[in-house]
Amino acid sequence: MISPTDESAPALPARASAAVGALRLTNWLSRVLGRGSGTVAGGRVGLAVDPSLLATLARGRRVALVTGTNGKTTTTRMLVAALAGSGGPAVVSNDTGANMPAGHVAALAGAPTGAVAVLEVDEGYLDRLIAATSPRVVVLLNLSRDQLDRISEVRMMVERWRTALGRLPAPSSPGEPGTVVVANADDPMVVWAAMAAPEVRWVGAGQVWHLDAVGCPSCGGRIVFDGSGGWACDRCPLARPDRMAWLEGPDLVLADGGRVTVSLGLPGQFNRANATMVALAAPLLSDHTEETGGGEGAAGTVADVLSRVSRVDQVAGRFSSLVRGGRSVRLLLAKNPAGWTAIFDLLEEERDTGLPVVLSINARTADGFDTSWLWDVPFERLAGRTVVATGERALDLAVRLRYAGVDATVVADPLAAVDRAVAGAAPDAADGAAAPSIDFVGNYTAFADLRARA
Amino acid sequence: MTPASGRSSLTVAVVYPDLLGTYGDGGNGLILARRASWRGIPADLVQADSGTPLPVADIYCIGGGEDGPQVRAAEALVADGALRRAVDQGAVVLGVCAGYQILGRSFPDSADRAHPGLGLLDVTTRKGTGSRPVGELVATAGPDSPRLADGGLLPRLTGFENHGGVTTLGPSTRPLARVVQGVGNGGGDGTEGAWSGKVLGSYLHGPLLARNMALADLLLGWALSDTDEPAHLTPLDDADETALRSERLSAAGSARGGRWRRVHRR
Repeated sequence: MISPTDESAPALPARASAAVGALRLTNWLSRVLGRGSGTVAGGRVGLAVDPSLLATLARGRRVALVTGTNGKTTTTRMLVAALAGSGGPAVVSNDTGANMPAGHVAALAGAPTGAVAVLEVDEGYLDRLIAATSPRVVVLLNLSRDQLDRISEVRMMVERWRTALGRLPAPSSPGEPGTVVVANADDPMVVWAAMAAPEVRWVGAGQVWHLDAVGCPSCGGRIVFDGSGGWACDRCPLARPDRMAWLEGPDLVLADGGRVTVSLGLPGQFNRANATMVALAAPLLSDHTEETGGGEGAAGTVADVLSRVSRVDQVAGRFSSLVRGGRSVRLLLAKNPAGWTAIFDLLEEERDTGLPVVLSINARTADGFDTSWLWDVPFERLAGRTVVATGERALDLAVRLRYAGVDATVVADPLAAVDRAVAGAAPDAADGAAAPSIDFVGNYTAFADLRARA
Repeated sequence: MTPASGRSSLTVAVVYPDLLGTYGDGGNGLILARRASWRGIPADLVQADSGTPLPVADIYCIGGGEDGPQVRAAEALVADGALRRAVDQGAVVLGVCAGYQILGRSFPDSADRAHPGLGLLDVTTRKGTGSRPVGELVATAGPDSPRLADGGLLPRLTGFENHGGVTTLGPSTRPLARVVQGVGNGGGDGTEGAWSGKVLGSYLHGPLLARNMALADLLLGWALSDTDEPAHLTPLDDADETALRSERLSAAGSARGGRWRRVHRR
């Protein structure tokens, strides 16, 4: 949490107050007993004492919700950075990645009066969070296949989003701000859901994964992509809406004029896409009624937001580095086919260092038990690279890589796998120039495991 | 290798990957094409999107999908007619999950209305009433299972199931295997999958052929044979697949209900 100053916390009803007390006690116990940070445990206890605690804590507060299959933790972090440095009110966030109601309650308990809440939301909880928090802004990034044994299939999810967004109150009457949805216009699934909302700002943030959006969500027709990001159904009028802003290479372009280069501390086009969403969302949460609708001021506002966002250089360990055997190892997280595709784009965007890549796959509850999705990931793009396969499901990965035509060595233990890659890498340049990193890419618990052990 | 037909190349078509293939099922086509080419049999892998006529192929792979796309795929395949003609001429068909249901006589949509399938397998699918089977499935070959080129039985099948349908077998089709762990067809007879001639359906993804290379080679053997008997194929070095199979089979055996807390072998 950012600046959790209890002194200025608002007065709560008795039950909510008891719930917050129980939550704090649980978190304290959890910490002193060494059972973790306690965020989720405390949130669960709080919700058990007062099931309406989330709505109570959110009442009267300016809330932004960020959801999507990929990029929600990073985008949440970016939005916090955009607001926290702007001289406006304090900002609270569930920045530990606990993106279900227990995590939201934990983030909001003890938030100072007037603090803005930026909440990352699991895709399956968007409807509940909208109902409980009456958000000022909802950011919809993308929607594609992920953990099909846990989360429902894409089409069921998009219909749930659509229903929840359709219930938002009509556009703001004076003095009573409504909800503005900032939605990725390049993803047909997101568009179908967001169209139901009364007020939407469409942003062209790109979408690397089209395979879940070929069937039109409206009529069952076929979505045809034109190769430059545009798309339309071949049967009904559903098509990419007119965008207020879009990403063009490294530049954010505003429809009403203005172009700002998106220069970040985080790598990859997918992070420029996340930052673009933030650039359009952040002004809607600030005190001053900055407008990104047009004119010279809009580009200036966007540039200001982006300069604050550019200070983010890692997000809960994603994109951070560790050192093994004198060699820097960059940690990357990819959880589903779209996420892996974005990571391969990143590896291609950067110079091919010729260094080994370590891939780690687990299949625990948080990852999904079914590893079939590995066959949707275009591992063929790693052909010619030196690959070390590891993780609890290294053998599933090894078989997939064999059929992808990628030579891989299997090293069961992740840390040993990293050390094998380090040992196999060409020695650092003797002139002291910064040596390029070896990349480690893991899915959720594989990534968390390596961070915890290294 | 003695393919009865002396066929020197193969075409493997992945049917409507834009509609079906939610669970990595496209991998089955890739595995078949690779295992043919590793044996010196050139193999074309064709991604046959919906909206265009189904191409002529020796093996068709139909994957799993969500309810809406499943109905659209079935309607398109019935209207197209090419799959039935291909089967009449000896083509091999592998259907997984929704693809398996489409090969049958009928299957339910999300509102539980029955939709006609292709009728290439004498099976009927209805909606299950209990909770959706999601987890590891292990099944073993029985007397009704297809025979390998050497006359032997298929080794145990291993994969992951996730489906809401209950499939009942009619008299003119046979079960692929008997369930050891998991649910499979779910009709109370303990069977998993079905086959008839050179058409085979299963609820297993993983995808199916990644963990069951003997079944992959059976399908290739069928495709290379002009009779009902599969052609003999030269063995491949399947060390990776063998290790994966044994890990998955022992993981399934050590956990109830196909789920396990943590299986970490160093």
